[in-house]
Amino acid sequence: MSETDYDQIVQLLCDRLADLSKTSKESISPETNLITQLSIDSIKLLGLIMEIEDAFDISIPINALTDIQTVHELAELIHKIKSAS
Amino acid sequence: MNLLEKLDAAAAARKSLLPDGVGAFGIPIEEVYSATEARIGDRRVLLLGTNNYLGLTFAPECIQAAHEALDKEGTGTTGSRMANGSYFGHRALEREFADFYQCSGGIVFTTGYQANLGTISGLVGPGDTVLIDGDSHASIYDGCILSGADIVRFRHNDVADMEKRLRRLGERVETTLIIAEGIYSMLGDQAPLAEIVELKNKYRCILLLDEAHSLGVLGETGQGLVEQTGLLKAVDFITGTFSKSLCSIGGFCVSNHPQLEQLRYVSHPYIFTASPSPATIASTRAALELLRKGSHLRTQLWKNCTQLYAQLKETGYQLGPDPGPVIAAILDTPQQALLMWRSLLEHNIYVNLILPPAAPEGKSLVRCSVNAAHTSEQIKYVGDTFAKLYNLVRS
Ligand SMILES: Cc1ncc(COP(=O)(O)O)c(C=O)c1O
Repeated sequence: MSETDYDQIVQLLCDRLADLSKTSKESISPETNLITQLSIDSIKLLGLIMEIEDAFDISIPINALTDIQTVHELAELIHKIKSAS
Repeated sequence: MNLLEKLDAAAAARKSLLPDGVGAFGIPIEEVYSATEARIGDRRVLLLGTNNYLGLTFAPECIQAAHEALDKEGTGTTGSRMANGSYFGHRALEREFADFYQCSGGIVFTTGYQANLGTISGLVGPGDTVLIDGDSHASIYDGCILSGADIVRFRHNDVADMEKRLRRLGERVETTLIIAEGIYSMLGDQAPLAEIVELKNKYRCILLLDEAHSLGVLGETGQGLVEQTGLLKAVDFITGTFSKSLCSIGGFCVSNHPQLEQLRYVSHPYIFTASPSPATIASTRAALELLRKGSHLRTQLWKNCTQLYAQLKETGYQLGPDPGPVIAAILDTPQQALLMWRSLLEHNIYVNLILPPAAPEGKSLVRCSVNAAHTSEQIKYVGDTFAKLYNLVRS
């Protein structure tokens, strides 16, 4: 996977997170914190993970999410799993 | 934020959901009169918020067995079976469970929660995978976390979604444990076991089924979903609890795999906790016997379930997909659910209030559990009261 794939992932995440947190896409960047800034609770996050799994045809174990705080960290995790699959 | 301030923040969030501090959670029950009635405050209430499915909490056989064990063996075992030894009752109950499920082995745990923790964390570890239903009980989630295995969820009762995830696992399916429940405790719906078994066989995984809510309830002799579907032999491990239809405390795991025995040596939730007390084991053994012979209890239970489910449905309530002893009215908002719960209590009916995130998909539930000891008049009173209160939640 290339840089563009990472960028695509970030793009998709920003779109979906804007929807979920009812904020504008422009206000979300890779540094945005999912919990403290977007108030994404665990239920919403787990729903989002299932969508991403389907979009990229991968499995993201929920235990891998414990250290994830920012959009960038989530995108990197997805990128890593996608590259390995 | 320090540790205590974090708890204060969580308490504030809880209070914002329940502003007038009504004690819907952990409600004080002052006296219990029978399997169907108790006193809450100064009200004599009808109990529809227990898991006493066969109505056996006051069965004379169980009470007598517990009394005798108490007199003969004392109040507690004061330690774990690994360190302090296994009493006759523990071993007998394990044999009886194995016999009940026509399995070669059985292990008794101190609670059903620990049965799941101990079985799951004994079967899988770091590098392995657990594939679980998204609506799994907390004991399943916690068992998976304790194990250190990778946790992958499939959409609730969605076998197509489950297969997608099995396929994505590739070679890792070889070390994958699939987990489902006989009856799900929130909406009372059943797992599509035949399809799950088909996938388990196709991908050659191990399958664990938690029959916590279906033991005593489904199947001719009350084995649960495995008996109702004729799939007993297809499930690798069955766990369950004594705390619902068997009316005591404890849990079990049975299996035909000889490796089950090894769990005793690797499973912390089995090793590092005290074994069930003699009276608990004795009443459970007596209850298991009643459960096995209890087809008349199941007939009565199902009569009650069908009656209430039909009446609530006819009134217009949105319910779970399958009629059964867990009947949940699905409401749009926590406020509606709270209002409904409180109004039912004012009509002397005690049910369970379930708010997000405990209920699936952000729903709020007013959940009834029906039991075999409820009379048809009691069930009718509950149904009529729900009908009378319907305008409170009509959207
Ligand atoms: C599906 C399920 N599994 C396990 C348990 C745990 O049982 P116990 O009450 O014996 O700890 C429960 C009970 O709440 C349950 O609903």
